[in-house]
Amino acid sequence: MSDVTYTAEAGDEILRVENLKKYFPILGGFFKRPVAYVRAVDDVSLSIRKKETFGLVGESGCGKTTLGRTVGRLIEPDSGRIIFKGMDITHISQKEFRGIRRHIQFVFQDPFASLNPRMTIKDIVGEPLVIHTNQSDSEIEDTVLELLEVVGLKKEHLYRYPHEFSGGQRQRINIARALALRPDFIVLDEPTSALDVSVQAQILNLLKDLQSEFNLTYLFISHDLSVVEYMSDTIGVMYLGKLVEVGEAESVIAETLHPYTKALFESIPIPDPKFRGKGAAIHGDVPSPINPPSGCRFHPRCPHTMDICRTEEPALKGDSSHLVACHLY
Amino acid sequence: MDTVSTGDTEKLLRVKELYINFYTYEGVVKAIDGVSFDIHPNETFALVGETGCGKSVTARAILRLIPTPPGKIEGGEILFNGVDLLKIPEKEMLEYRGKKISMIFQEPMTSLNPVFTVGDQLVETIALNQKVSKEEAYNIALKMLERVRIPDAENAMTKYPHEFSGGQRQRIVIAMALSCNPSLLIADEPTTALDVTVQAQIINLMNELQKNMGTSILLITHDLGVVAEMSDRVAVMYAGNIVELGTTSVIFEKRYHPYTQGLFNAIPVFGKGKQTRLEEIPGSVPNLLYPPPGCRFHPRCPHVMDICRKEKPELIELEPGHYVRCHLYR
Repeated sequence: MSDVTYTAEAGDEILRVENLKKYFPILGGFFKRPVAYVRAVDDVSLSIRKKETFGLVGESGCGKTTLGRTVGRLIEPDSGRIIFKGMDITHISQKEFRGIRRHIQFVFQDPFASLNPRMTIKDIVGEPLVIHTNQSDSEIEDTVLELLEVVGLKKEHLYRYPHEFSGGQRQRINIARALALRPDFIVLDEPTSALDVSVQAQILNLLKDLQSEFNLTYLFISHDLSVVEYMSDTIGVMYLGKLVEVGEAESVIAETLHPYTKALFESIPIPDPKFRGKGAAIHGDVPSPINPPSGCRFHPRCPHTMDICRTEEPALKGDSSHLVACHLY
Repeated sequence: MDTVSTGDTEKLLRVKELYINFYTYEGVVKAIDGVSFDIHPNETFALVGETGCGKSVTARAILRLIPTPPGKIEGGEILFNGVDLLKIPEKEMLEYRGKKISMIFQEPMTSLNPVFTVGDQLVETIALNQKVSKEEAYNIALKMLERVRIPDAENAMTKYPHEFSGGQRQRIVIAMALSCNPSLLIADEPTTALDVTVQAQIINLMNELQKNMGTSILLITHDLGVVAEMSDRVAVMYAGNIVELGTTSVIFEKRYHPYTQGLFNAIPVFGKGKQTRLEEIPGSVPNLLYPPPGCRFHPRCPHVMDICRKEKPELIELEPGHYVRCHLYR
């Protein structure tokens, strides 16, 4: 159990996650009973302030996407609490959640998979309005046009189909759909990972502009540390289902504490040949989340392993602007 | 002619004026539009660019792996140690493919057969290409696995590909590719599917093997960070053209071509903080069914002039060994 939660100042908070757990069963045997569990998110607590970007980073399989989806109840948590705008939404029924869902929207990684190929752009972007509002068809069309303009698309795109657009444009359509209900909170799950760098810059800048225009709060999930740094006010680092370090972006990057975070930062190839040859920071691969290592999950790869790391799981500690889960501190 | 030459003696590979089209239902995709470059022995040469710029097609053309149809090499020469690979019969190609030139791909699982053990696959490749007995091949395979630092190599030989992690699979593929001592290794996005901590390990390994074995590497990537870590020289590609070519240090420092500048300004660099706004390259990569006339970058270029719309710029040597394809530097 983590004793301390990364806390924002009171009243400032939009989302709070307490001791969240999500284990996925692995079914086996004749009766398809669970034989093991993937501990995707294992006792994670965090808090996100209004109008900030919370960057969640980690390598593949660390649980960042599961956490993001659980927050919007696209995946139901096993235990823990999700508090959105002061309301516990962990266990409310899907029917009750419908009223909340319009405030929590998603943009996913793959702009090719997240748009229905048989719907026009007008129908895709207008669908949330059909579901959640009583607007007439012409009102919806006006709103959709407005939204397209906001994300940098044109009127003539209204009746086209997704295949007629490039990856960057499709991601703009996804963003327009996410904005349709004027949400407060958007989970951006690797929104630019499938895009080329020149287009990535367009989308990142658009997201920043929209954030200040509509007072949005972002949960920005990415494996790309440079992108996370560019976007985030707060950074959380995940490793094997655990939040290992979290704090104000500047502090996490300038005064990195956790050995894993350090290794992660040192591993980024710097686009400047002058810095070549710094070598690999850590060895080995991420262990399986099915049987995570005992104690601190990073200990088999850690350069500073002590005896206590093998037996006892470190809790998140520190002052509220920068927490770390490591026995070194 | 805008061939890039730096003295004829020390060239392993010369690609000269390569043109490749793809004939599709929608029309002719002019994928490669006069690409020329050289690779010296013992160097890592990077082709960098965005999706669809032709970097992978160029690499595959060297091994004659372009599916025909729809692809067709319309013109040019690919000289490997002086032999034009585009002119020799298919049977002779077997002497090059996997032996003198080998290739590794982005996703290691696609180049490993899931139903054979790693040992079987390595031994088969080595026995076939080097014409040695199974026992000798086994010993070479074991040595290669140790060289790419697969722990407990003897045991690893008996395992199947799915029992390894992504990083280890890429090590195995590298071992396989280098087992025949090729003079050229083509690496197509070798670290793109890997996590950053593993990517750093693979980059180190490849740099070390390159130095020890004297293999030249043709590195295909979209990641300028990987280029900076690995390559000696770089060619920046855009829409089927090489727009800038030179040593890594000069390209990263000078960035003459407007596209190279745009590419660098568009990437967030770690450690620079949240404040500075990224520069965008407006628009998107052109559809090569209908490439823009003149310079293919002109519709997105901030310095576009009249001539750019009409005339394709030549590669100009701005500094010794540094070439730019742009009318700004005429």
